[in-house]
Amino acid sequence: MRTAAAILRKDLLLELRTLETLPAMTLLAVVTLVIFHFGLNLDVLSGQLAAGVLTVTLLFSAMLAINRLFVAEREQGGFDAFLLAPVDRTAMLFAKAGALFLFMAVLELIAVPAFALLLSPPRLGHSLPGLVLVLFLADIGFAVIGTFVSAIAVHTRARDLIGPIIGLPLLLPALIATARGIGPLLTRHASGSPPGRWLAVLALYDLVNALLAIGLFDFLLEE
Amino acid sequence: MTIHARNLRGLAIATAVTVTAALVLVFFYAPLDANQGFVQKIFYIHVPLAIVSLVGYCLGGVYGIGYLRTGDRKWDMRSYCAIHMSLIFSIGGIITGSIWAKASWGHWWLWSVPTLVSYLIVILLYCTYQPLRFSIEDPERQAQYAAVFSVVAGAFVPMNFLVVRLSTQFIHPHVLNLQGGNMPGSMKLAFYTSLLGISLLFATLMKFEMAAKQTRIETRRLRRALVGEDAVRPLGRTVAPS
Repeated sequence: MRTAAAILRKDLLLELRTLETLPAMTLLAVVTLVIFHFGLNLDVLSGQLAAGVLTVTLLFSAMLAINRLFVAEREQGGFDAFLLAPVDRTAMLFAKAGALFLFMAVLELIAVPAFALLLSPPRLGHSLPGLVLVLFLADIGFAVIGTFVSAIAVHTRARDLIGPIIGLPLLLPALIATARGIGPLLTRHASGSPPGRWLAVLALYDLVNALLAIGLFDFLLEE
Repeated sequence: MTIHARNLRGLAIATAVTVTAALVLVFFYAPLDANQGFVQKIFYIHVPLAIVSLVGYCLGGVYGIGYLRTGDRKWDMRSYCAIHMSLIFSIGGIITGSIWAKASWGHWWLWSVPTLVSYLIVILLYCTYQPLRFSIEDPERQAQYAAVFSVVAGAFVPMNFLVVRLSTQFIHPHVLNLQGGNMPGSMKLAFYTSLLGISLLFATLMKFEMAAKQTRIETRRLRRALVGEDAVRPLGRTVAPS
């Protein structure tokens, strides 16, 4: 755990000093919202449509972070150093998933208000706790699967291509559950609590993928 | 010769006999469907193709575990061939399914059918298997990463079906369930025979592919030993295990 904390601190410090990933993610999110506004030609979104727009926007921004996640390790020999160190290799998974989770959380701190501002979905303030809960579970899924896909893609020749084409189908069940979980929160008569079924599906999906990732991550780091 | 070619002839004959028997049963023995008429016959091809391809994907994952546990390249070959064949079978499955949907529901594609949608997602995921292999040059690493992918994707198949099924109201006919389905006996016989036939076809083709690939590897190794390293040009990047 200490190793994981050290790597996580290194990643956050690196992000804080270079500001490489997060500004790009938030910018992409805002631009995507604007694109949706013009693509759909609607000023106000509600219900399932609003939920879909928000989820897809977050997903595309997540893809940026997923592509960048291991690039520093790959380019500056961090992998070799990590493999030489006498530490548990799963620590890398926890650290990177933690970093990705935090990136997503910060992204949402900006993207959700931007979404509220630009596309004014109804009842967002009322449903905010429910929305936070759904996004929390969704971020765990994005973080776990994203780290896993990124670790596969970073060693391939065309890593910017392999990441998204494997990542998007793998994230589809999480995307379905997230969008369906958020949809009822943004209708005009929203009760404010997300549907339990989709929370359960999301949690189950997170759990299964986390277990798979813990079991298989070692094989992705071998040199 | 290679061990993979063993039993191939027997398997091929069994496949030919079973598939012929299945076709005879489907066209001359099983009754016409009361609602759909002759079009319903495609069910005997479509459903076995879908079932066999999904089982094949999961099998690829099981072989992937075999590779990760042992590091033996023959497991990688099995995993590759299982997924390769499943991909071909599932494209057959989705095309026959689409034809059936057009004939019986009037649309080539229906988003309200969870089985169809989840099947498409699974195909989209497995379509990335070959590009993934292709973009890793080192054969050891290629095998390793492909095995990890096959395990994750194999576990993804049932989970994906669960999630997509929850998300839609289904109208897909449920001819098979744990109680044995609601087909009359003659239809059931034709269906199970063709399921067996398609499974055997899968096994034969997979075995054939493995034998062919193994023979190629073997031949190259022998030629290299006979005429020297330089005389045999390297294959270049390849998707298949080499």
